[in-house]
Amino acid sequence: MSDIRLSLAEIVGEDYVSNREEEAYFYARDPGLMPAHKPDYVIVPKTTEEIQKIVRLANKDKIPIVPMGAGMALTGLIIPLKGGIVIDMKRMNKILEVNEKARYVIVEGGTSHGVLKAYLEKNYPRLRHSIPDAPATATIAANVMIHGQGRLTQQYGFNSDMVTGLEIVLPSGEICKIGSCSISKEWFSKGAPLPDLSGLFLGWFGATGIITKVALKLYPRKKMRDVEIFVTDRDDLVPDIVYELTHTEMAEDIVIFSQPKPLIFKDNHHVTIFITGDTDEELEFKRKMIWDAVDKFIKTKDGGFMWVQPAMKPTLLEMPQRSVSRFADVKKGGGFEYSGPIILVEKYPECSRKVEELSSKYDLGYSGMARIIGRGHCMMYGFAFTFNRADPDMMDRVRKALHEVSDYVLEIGGVFWKATVDEQRLAIERMDPNTRNLMKMIKNNLDPQGIMNPGNWEVN
Amino acid sequence: MYQLQFDENLCNTCPTGDCLVKCQYMDLDKNEAIAEMVKISKGEDSFVLHDCVTCYGCEEYCKRGNYPFYLITERRQEKGILTTPRAITKQWINIGQPRGKFKTGGIKKKVLSFGFMPELLQLTRGRLFDDVMPSYVFGQEFFCNVVYIHFANTAIIKERLPVVIDNFRKLGVEEVVCMHDECYGAFASLAPAYGMEVPFRPIHYFEYLYNRLKELSKKIRPLNVKVAYQRPCSSRLSSDKHRFVADIMQLIGVGLVERTYQNENALCCGDILGMLTGYDLRYDVQRRNIDDMVEYGAEYCVFNCSACQNALATKVAKRGIKPIHIIDLCRMAIGEK
Repeated sequence: MSDIRLSLAEIVGEDYVSNREEEAYFYARDPGLMPAHKPDYVIVPKTTEEIQKIVRLANKDKIPIVPMGAGMALTGLIIPLKGGIVIDMKRMNKILEVNEKARYVIVEGGTSHGVLKAYLEKNYPRLRHSIPDAPATATIAANVMIHGQGRLTQQYGFNSDMVTGLEIVLPSGEICKIGSCSISKEWFSKGAPLPDLSGLFLGWFGATGIITKVALKLYPRKKMRDVEIFVTDRDDLVPDIVYELTHTEMAEDIVIFSQPKPLIFKDNHHVTIFITGDTDEELEFKRKMIWDAVDKFIKTKDGGFMWVQPAMKPTLLEMPQRSVSRFADVKKGGGFEYSGPIILVEKYPECSRKVEELSSKYDLGYSGMARIIGRGHCMMYGFAFTFNRADPDMMDRVRKALHEVSDYVLEIGGVFWKATVDEQRLAIERMDPNTRNLMKMIKNNLDPQGIMNPGNWEVN
Repeated sequence: MYQLQFDENLCNTCPTGDCLVKCQYMDLDKNEAIAEMVKISKGEDSFVLHDCVTCYGCEEYCKRGNYPFYLITERRQEKGILTTPRAITKQWINIGQPRGKFKTGGIKKKVLSFGFMPELLQLTRGRLFDDVMPSYVFGQEFFCNVVYIHFANTAIIKERLPVVIDNFRKLGVEEVVCMHDECYGAFASLAPAYGMEVPFRPIHYFEYLYNRLKELSKKIRPLNVKVAYQRPCSSRLSSDKHRFVADIMQLIGVGLVERTYQNENALCCGDILGMLTGYDLRYDVQRRNIDDMVEYGAEYCVFNCSACQNALATKVAKRGIKPIHIIDLCRMAIGEK
């Protein structure tokens, strides 16, 4: 095995490869609850060519490869289940091009959302991207790979829908361009009007290739941003409220949460609506449209806009929101994990009751959080539980609660988001056989040796 | 259980019906006003119970010592007539729930009461308060709970206010300087209206400020600015203290603009109207109010209540009027700001 370390060192240099115990310890886990498994090597390449060489080496010796962004998915997607090489993409963090008028950006595969946000704010203040509420170190490539969502998801869909081109290192080591960039120097479309091949890679968690470049749509960044919170005590009305709000097409983002603590949030559902504008008039117009859209619920006393204290606004308007991290420490010990299935908005009441039921059954702190995707086309509903990492019993109870969520999600017609390996297995079992066969064909053709993030999407 | 001491005969013999005739949000003549109040008093339904926006104004307009707004609130609760949406009411009741996290400074015979408005701790600095501070109380255990009259819920007040009064009693304080009108209204108006005994002397902070400024008169440098005063709804519960606004302004050399919406005719900050009725009324009231400040040439908008300040500060600033709390204005006058 030391020959492999030497070979890897020849590719990236001694400083960027390791098989030391202390590094293996950290790369064996993510911040979630999945069991750790150590890699044999960790490597931090700088270029696409280096990745090609690593992949070819791994292919030759049938060594598993796990590409890794910031490792923030919480569901164990970057845990090297069969050992091998973890490829940490963080050094590939350059912003390669911004096409201002066509509103897209091309970045390297390890570029973080925080870096892009800061870059755009400084250099292109009229442009923004759909930043997720993950820590700012989360990478753009990994986020689109897991079909992440962000601040513009209610308007434009999954962040992966905003991809306009990919450069992939295939399991064979070849470089493949996806989208308009395959026949043009411009990266304006990931598919149309060509056959859309991005689906061979997006959502596969690196099991079919490694993203080394990604192009992403950018959107107008308005000068002003504000937030309103519509509160109701009737979970059954939330889908109707969302329907009315999305009909206005005035909201930037719509997020719903319910949680028992602090007391201000107890017993209610909070539909958080973000609005933007370049002028006071634009902002106020949108606000009025939003308020009027749900006026019928105010008149029946079924819901109303809460008084958002000025002190609360910076927290709510922050991108990404750090309040998620604060939730992780409710039980002290910094543990937090959620299952976030993609599901119809009409399932909100059931999901909300389920998270409460599980919290009570397993004596856990919880938060239910939904992000609307598209104009109410579906939502991500997060069954989130907080735990103390120093309390193995509490961690076990969270695991059990999340396991129940997995079964429940399938029962009510949902689809796992960034599924754990167990959830992937459940999904594969339930999947239409012809779809499963198609996935099998894709996987076997692209990665015949099964070296790419093995354990994930094991259709065979 | 505490009962509201309301005298129906005072309404029957009322020569003016001012409580509702003067209402800024409903349109009634004298005969209608008296008839509706009598109906409400008898426990009958009235459109007033459905249309009142809880501005508290009628408590001031009634010059006969009755409690029209408390009565409206009682009857609404009896009949299950909601003012705000249920979720908002729940939220506010949860917010005010005692949770054993109160704070007290070095308690003396005289104490400042902040309810649970943390911003008051920042405001009460400097010479104006150095004869009392750090004697203060903060937290739900000392929160007057009067705000629930906005939510047609006197039951929660009757449950919590006696405990709050007892918490003050346990501290052994003799004088409580109430840093918010509702706090003062709780002890000087609402508690007596329900026959609750208050074992200390409530002092409205305007009165305290006025007396303190007189003590510090040598430090005062007239500010020579024109201001509009945003009178809060809760000031209607202590209308006898409203005169201190003019007195304080005179002491610090500030001119109150003689505008349309002042004194009895003052308009609500609007935020509660939004929670109760939706966008339009809130927008209309805020627009008229700020237009009025602009029209009469106010340089500053002076706030008494933090909630009003939160509702209007940005909006007045965008119209070129500087928002400021009355305490900060007084501190400016003695050279502290």
